[in-house]
Amino acid sequence: MASAPPSIRVPASSVRQRLRSDSRFWIGLSTLGIIILIALFARFLAPYDPNAQLDISSLHSQAPSLAHPMGTDTFSRDVLSRLIYGAQISLTISLAAVAIAMTFGTLVGAVAGYLGGVIDAILMRLVDAASSIPTLLLLIVVIALWDEIGVVFLTLLIAGVAWFTVSRLVRAETLAVRDADFIVAARALGMPSWRILARHVLPNVVGPAIVAATLAIGNVILLEAGLSYLGIGVRPPTASWGSIIQEGAERVSDLWWLTLFPGLAILVTVFACNALGDALRDALDPRQLLASLGDETVQHTR
Amino acid sequence: MRRYLAARLLQALGVVVFVTTLSFVVVHLAPGDPISAALQNPNVTEEVRQQWRASYGLDKPIAEQYVLWLSNVARGKLGFSITHRRPVGDVLAMALPRTLLLCGLALLLSFVIGIGIGLLQAERPHGPRDRWLGRVLLVLYSVPDFWLALLALLLFAYRFPLFPPGGMTDPVTYPYLSNGEQFVDRVKHLVLPVVTLALLSSAGVARFQRAALLAVLPSDWMRTAIAKGLSWRTAVRRHAFRNALLPTITLFGLSLPVFASGAIFIEKVFTWPGMGLLTVNAIAARDYPLVTAGVLVMSVIVVTGALLADIAVAAADPRIRLS
Repeated sequence: MASAPPSIRVPASSVRQRLRSDSRFWIGLSTLGIIILIALFARFLAPYDPNAQLDISSLHSQAPSLAHPMGTDTFSRDVLSRLIYGAQISLTISLAAVAIAMTFGTLVGAVAGYLGGVIDAILMRLVDAASSIPTLLLLIVVIALWDEIGVVFLTLLIAGVAWFTVSRLVRAETLAVRDADFIVAARALGMPSWRILARHVLPNVVGPAIVAATLAIGNVILLEAGLSYLGIGVRPPTASWGSIIQEGAERVSDLWWLTLFPGLAILVTVFACNALGDALRDALDPRQLLASLGDETVQHTR
Repeated sequence: MRRYLAARLLQALGVVVFVTTLSFVVVHLAPGDPISAALQNPNVTEEVRQQWRASYGLDKPIAEQYVLWLSNVARGKLGFSITHRRPVGDVLAMALPRTLLLCGLALLLSFVIGIGIGLLQAERPHGPRDRWLGRVLLVLYSVPDFWLALLALLLFAYRFPLFPPGGMTDPVTYPYLSNGEQFVDRVKHLVLPVVTLALLSSAGVARFQRAALLAVLPSDWMRTAIAKGLSWRTAVRRHAFRNALLPTITLFGLSLPVFASGAIFIEKVFTWPGMGLLTVNAIAARDYPLVTAGVLVMSVIVVTGALLADIAVAAADPRIRLS
């Protein structure tokens, strides 16, 4: 087991300064903001009802035109409208799943790291085991066999496979602050463990957890899209980015717009999350600081 | 070292047992059963269905089925596929080499591309080349696998028909080709899936390799190398590169689950008849024996890969096996 990275607390002001001068931070934040706004105001932005079959006999499978900038699908539904509403479902599922995963993962990681001993060993073996499972395959098995799976259950399942990374990270950070003077002092003053955890440990480990969560949002969006592409994520007629692609994939040679546009939407959203996460990580990550100062060699051999 | 090996092996075995038990339970608890899915003819009476179920042992309680299945697996028998009407072992023996071929080639290519890009970036950290390559990698890192595969299909198989749109061999002409032509045909079918899969995973490799290089650049021995007169570039390529390879070995193991899942999408898009496509189709048909065996084989591969990577790192780095 590799030891925890030496933790150097970065002053908040310098974090802010570094973020302010990082283009990835601004690009990621603004793109994500715009997409969230689109999802929130889908009702006003979408030119058509996303599930309305406009004219099944004459308007189906139309290439992009002025009336339908992204074309129509095989059921004569407007792809742009479905894309806009798809943002709602894709974002809701991934934000909710990541929020659950982050809360749970942070708790497990902080408790394991702070208490140590048997509890730590058991929890971390569990995390090790869970993270070496071919997740997607298992998810497919679970979801595909239960025919009518709700959005809530889908979200919980995705959260269930996304919390390992967060908990491992938080544990490492907790180990790094566990024996710090201010925590020893709190313990000496007779503060109960749960209070030390809540008041002193958690605020110090929340930074890395946020980075992990931001990066996780991107991954979860990809996961949801993948499941929907396989036809087992979000079920028809509800529009999600993955399911629009799935409906057009069989005829990708002539109905290319059904593949191109939703894929671009996924790409842009995931890119925004990853850019934001990378910028946050670089601003908070002490390793990067060490590397740029050049005063110590930090090898990560995990 | 021996203790480390034993502990790691035990853990790997635990994971495999856990995953397969989970998939067995999930598969058998799910609504619907393979007999109803296989016999959709309404003229088939319930009595016949029951006979079928009994012949596959599906009428027994789950616990009993599980024990039976485990003891069969231990003896190397994986059961009888309901949709293929053949022993599961035979079906998997057809599909597994295809997936290994696809993934093996892609894995190799992705490490060559990824390590190369990481090296190019780390030679001048934070310079313009590093930044631009970083952005390209971030895009590649954010692309949905199945979408990139579909675009490749659209562009290079349909718009510009340079490569066949899927499958392993040409369905019509293949049997009539000479040996050399058959080989060319196979290679042509491999190009698109391999390159797509390799590109997708090379982004992760490159990011990792760059970080590993950056971590060793400020070392004392780098300063020594420069002081004895090596150019920066030679020092990076000869000294830093070797020292930064160690973390990349770990990545070899860590990237296997990614490959297993990536291969599912790639195989589906390019109709590559490997493990991924087989398992997805088996799930749809509720072919219980095939699904559980498929999950078993896939997790054994993933876990073995991670195990081998850990052992390789432990062999190279004494600090790990001692702690």
